[in-house]
Amino acid sequence: MRNIFLFIRRYYTFISFLALQVVALSMLFRYNKYHRAFFLGKANEITGYINSKYDKVDDYFHLKEENLRVHRMNDSLINLLRNNFSVADTGSIVVTDSMRYDTSGMKQRYLWREAKVVNNSLLEQKNYIQINRGSRQGIKDNMAVINSDGSIVGQVVNVSDNFSQVMSLLHVQSRVNAMMMKSRNSGTIEWDGKNPLFLTLRGIPKSDLIAIGDTVVTSIYSFNFPPGWRIGTVKEKVDDKSTNFYILKIKTAANFQNLQQVFVIENLQKNEQEKLDKDTHKKVDEINKRKQ
Amino acid sequence: MSDLLRNIIRFVLFLGLQVYILDNIPPLHRFIIPVIYYLFILWLPFSVSRFWLLVIGFITGLSLDYFSMTPGLHAAACVLIAYVRPFLVNLLTPKEISEFNYREPSARSIGWAPYSVYVLVLTFLHHGYLIFLEWLQFGTFLDFIIKVISTTGISMLMILTGEVLFPRRLKFRTNTA
Repeated sequence: MRNIFLFIRRYYTFISFLALQVVALSMLFRYNKYHRAFFLGKANEITGYINSKYDKVDDYFHLKEENLRVHRMNDSLINLLRNNFSVADTGSIVVTDSMRYDTSGMKQRYLWREAKVVNNSLLEQKNYIQINRGSRQGIKDNMAVINSDGSIVGQVVNVSDNFSQVMSLLHVQSRVNAMMMKSRNSGTIEWDGKNPLFLTLRGIPKSDLIAIGDTVVTSIYSFNFPPGWRIGTVKEKVDDKSTNFYILKIKTAANFQNLQQVFVIENLQKNEQEKLDKDTHKKVDEINKRKQ
Repeated sequence: MSDLLRNIIRFVLFLGLQVYILDNIPPLHRFIIPVIYYLFILWLPFSVSRFWLLVIGFITGLSLDYFSMTPGLHAAACVLIAYVRPFLVNLLTPKEISEFNYREPSARSIGWAPYSVYVLVLTFLHHGYLIFLEWLQFGTFLDFIIKVISTTGISMLMILTGEVLFPRRLKFRTNTA
């Protein structure tokens, strides 16, 4: 017994070194798996507060670009106004943000909230964005985040009371459903961790005629992202010899260098969709079991 | 100014520099990422005990981690260099106590050559371990090697330039203090 105490006293610093390493590494690997970490909620509040103070100053340097983006967005929205169309044409308008509910009206599908980016990283392989809206303002995990000019930025992975962390498209674990705007073939957008200007799109079949410069938008199959919002344009087409799919290099539509005002979008029917999906799997499994 | 106050101010300044300037400047290249916040640990006074060095290292790393959303990554690397630091200091400082009465490691207190070695070894360890942990989750081996060398290079360059441009006023250890 005495020897044990002697041993502990002799190697006191080494043991504390090992203990701290274990704590640090377990935090790291747990976070990478579940995006949850010890003390993160409180720490998020503190870093968020400091970041928003710093951001107040930083804002002035991006006002011009931001103004331009907002103006363009307004322009595109004004073009959608009903009084721009004559009666004969109204039947052909596709209103993506609402779903026909019954003859008396519409049922809202996507709820948009505005938010402000307070911190942003670009240099790492796992880039996160911090925004100044949290669970108190109704933000939840997996909500989509769209830039002020309507291009996709990422999705929320973690929320505290007043701030949330957004996993940027520039994150090596990020996977977003996308489709070609022309052909409506869908694939997956990911990032290879190299150049923050380019993303990779996989899963577009070679039968699709793709031209350089084609637009890639969010897929109609996504639970989180509203369909039809711009992700980027095709920059390069790689013919993958081993499969029947292209590997496309996509230039991002959003300028991740100067994000400022963003929208956070909630799919109001997501719970229903997910529940149906889960129940279907369960039901089919049960039917299969009964057959055996 | 007392040592405690000095180091608290340094802590805030280094974290601010890292989070708001170095992490935000447009990247020159994806391999060249200047990281110098750990200089705070390198500059701590000699009088800090080995156990407290570890604790301070852990807190420094974790504070940066909460800003960059990588909980534990920088903390692990900082604890490593905080653990290795006393061995290096023992190796590089003069053995005669009477000749040696500075409070903290700097180019003037232990000489340019030993100081450069001290910074180089710890920088290399910090970046090597940090990028190793990143590489475990993502990336190729060649990326890992190039990134360690290039980030160590740019960080060394910044630290040595900083040391020449902003020489610290040296404090002597006296009997009265």
